[in-house]
Amino acid sequence: MKLLIRNGRVIDPANGVDAVQDVLVQDGLIAQTGRHIERAAREGAEVLDATGKVVCPGLIDIHVHLREPGYEYKETVQTGTRAAAAGGFTAVCCMANTEPVNDTRAVTDYILAKARAEGAVRVYPIGAVTRGLGGKELAELAELAEAGCVAFSDDGKPVMNAELYRRAMEYTLPFGCPVISHAEDTTLSHGACMNEGVVSTALGLKGAPAAAEDTMVARDIQLAELTGAHVHIAHLSSAGAVRLVRDAKSRGVRVTAEATPHHLVLTDEAVRGYDPNTKMNPPLRTRQDVDALVGALADGTIDCVATDHAPHASSEKEGEYDRAAFGVIGLETAVSVLLDRLVRPGVIDLPTLIARMSSAPARLLNLPGGTLAAGAPADITIVDPDRELTIDPSAFRSRSRNTPFGGFEAVGAPVATIVGGRIMWRA
Amino acid sequence: MAWKRKDLLTIRELDPAEITLLIDTAASLREIGTREIKKVPTLRGKTIVNLFYEPSTRTRTSFEIAGKWLSADVVNFSASTSSIGKGETLLDTARNIEAMSPDVVVVRHSSSGAAELLARSLKCGVVNAGDGAHEHPTQALLDLLTIRERKGHLEGLHVAIVGDIAHSRVARSNIYGMRKLGMTVTVAGPPTLIPPHAQELGVKVSHRLEDAIRDVDVIMMLRLQQERMSAGLIPSLREYARYWGLTLDKLHASARSDVLIMHPGPVNRGIELSPEVADGPYSVILEQAANGVAVRMAVLFLLAGAMASQDGQAERGHGL
Repeated sequence: MKLLIRNGRVIDPANGVDAVQDVLVQDGLIAQTGRHIERAAREGAEVLDATGKVVCPGLIDIHVHLREPGYEYKETVQTGTRAAAAGGFTAVCCMANTEPVNDTRAVTDYILAKARAEGAVRVYPIGAVTRGLGGKELAELAELAEAGCVAFSDDGKPVMNAELYRRAMEYTLPFGCPVISHAEDTTLSHGACMNEGVVSTALGLKGAPAAAEDTMVARDIQLAELTGAHVHIAHLSSAGAVRLVRDAKSRGVRVTAEATPHHLVLTDEAVRGYDPNTKMNPPLRTRQDVDALVGALADGTIDCVATDHAPHASSEKEGEYDRAAFGVIGLETAVSVLLDRLVRPGVIDLPTLIARMSSAPARLLNLPGGTLAAGAPADITIVDPDRELTIDPSAFRSRSRNTPFGGFEAVGAPVATIVGGRIMWRA
Repeated sequence: MAWKRKDLLTIRELDPAEITLLIDTAASLREIGTREIKKVPTLRGKTIVNLFYEPSTRTRTSFEIAGKWLSADVVNFSASTSSIGKGETLLDTARNIEAMSPDVVVVRHSSSGAAELLARSLKCGVVNAGDGAHEHPTQALLDLLTIRERKGHLEGLHVAIVGDIAHSRVARSNIYGMRKLGMTVTVAGPPTLIPPHAQELGVKVSHRLEDAIRDVDVIMMLRLQQERMSAGLIPSLREYARYWGLTLDKLHASARSDVLIMHPGPVNRGIELSPEVADGPYSVILEQAANGVAVRMAVLFLLAGAMASQDGQAERGHGL
């Protein structure tokens, strides 16, 4: 089985490629890339014309919530991975806050079996750090790693006990999997439903100060330094946290970080009007914070983009703001939002964005993919940088609709997603 | 000018002329309360639903009396007597009430933004009778009416609002209204009860009662909720009363002799206000309550009028 992707602008950051080339796929692997692939090699291949399009390594989202098992009314492995494919992603890492929690091998096995049977893209589970996300005792981390978990996180619930978190970092060192920190000091953010600032004051909503995030980022950096472990900070949202990560990296601490599309383009001004689709944790912050995040994504302080795709049913997202669930979905909007709001105005160049969404996440979690080198898995995303669209939540593959980007007009969108040489989605 | 809005949700969104129209209308309707037969037929055949998710005595009663004096049918729906306690969502309750064709729903709710949420989903008029720590527009209007009656004007006056500004919808609505009408506002309280970035609302901030009340025309004292202690915002009621309670001694030492003392109620006597101040010559607290009925009549009257003119347009449109 052969596939020839013809005449696209191939951007392959891992190999320093940015040129119009062809990509030949054979038996699920990249066979070769180049301007002049020999006729014998491409004989019999299905041809995909990518003229005017961008061909890049399959995008990888290391932070999603697939909600299965337990919350299938919000999302399933099937609907979540279809949403991923439609958003240009070829692999996702799913967080452990399912029901039951992914704190045992049986749950990891179940997710992986579901993914094999029904998944449209590759699925890599993230195991819980503590049993039941309770923050009290360690989950069976070695067995989770053996079962296929690629990282550990109590995402959504920070491990407030610093000693326990230290032990988790030490215990997992030999597995080569990072711990992923949802950095939030809940004693500072208790009861909050948005960022603390002039907007929360005007709206009469309880705000969480950025310090709730910054203090926890500082703690986790110190623990990473103490243990030598790799700590990855999820959904960085504040200028203070950016400064801390930048400083730690310059000292050689093994800390990495991600940012979400919504934190990279929206501010807490979006909360005016009380639309619960602007409610997530960490919250949307100020223009200053957004500018710091974008700068950090450009200079590499923030290693990668992750969506924190967090599906919720409409009944959980349509009522009173302070009672609505936290979280927004992002798989089907990330590429368009970032191309339109960061690449088109020239704040970030396209190869950098692609690196932050493919080669970087693959490197952080030691995942296959993120490269178009010969012999690599043929996970490929094709993007049309000129495609105009209006984001329409009713057309989403996700089971949920909770996006802050409904009605956004954007230029640039994924048009095809290829996983292991198979075209899993086409616009 | 004519009133055009279907809802009254915030003071923040009103322009000065709209605020003045509401106050003027209230002033002209006040007279109804002095008649022997307190009833005019203005809203005959209209139905007003008071949807109260939080306990309230004066606001709910005040809306009820206002509706009745205007001959509307007023129905009260409160948390203790309805399906609200059975887990029905706010939107479901509201949609069910709307199916019974009310003309105006008056809502009080502990969640900021609840009134806007209802207004977005209901076709009838919505009046915000207090949403969380966000706004309480009719309270600000009755406060402005009370001040204007006593002082003869509003522009140029200086008001000190004292106490738990952070959690107060009364403070927010008053700050917006007073700033729009050219008044100066100082908010005062311990820093833990002043909301972040308060200055950006256009007010001065003071952390000492004696400084805040010096040379102001009006002192508005806010109610201190008991739960602020457990949240670690103040050490004790005793200490709060000592530094932030308004007594006759402090008033005489620092305030002007023609100052007005206001309070949205209910008063914690002996905490934010000493009884001598609450009942004394400076206090206009009972006038506030009386003006509350007038303001709510004005709001119901103007909203119903705006809806009638929209209906009229719709009917004319039909004729084409």
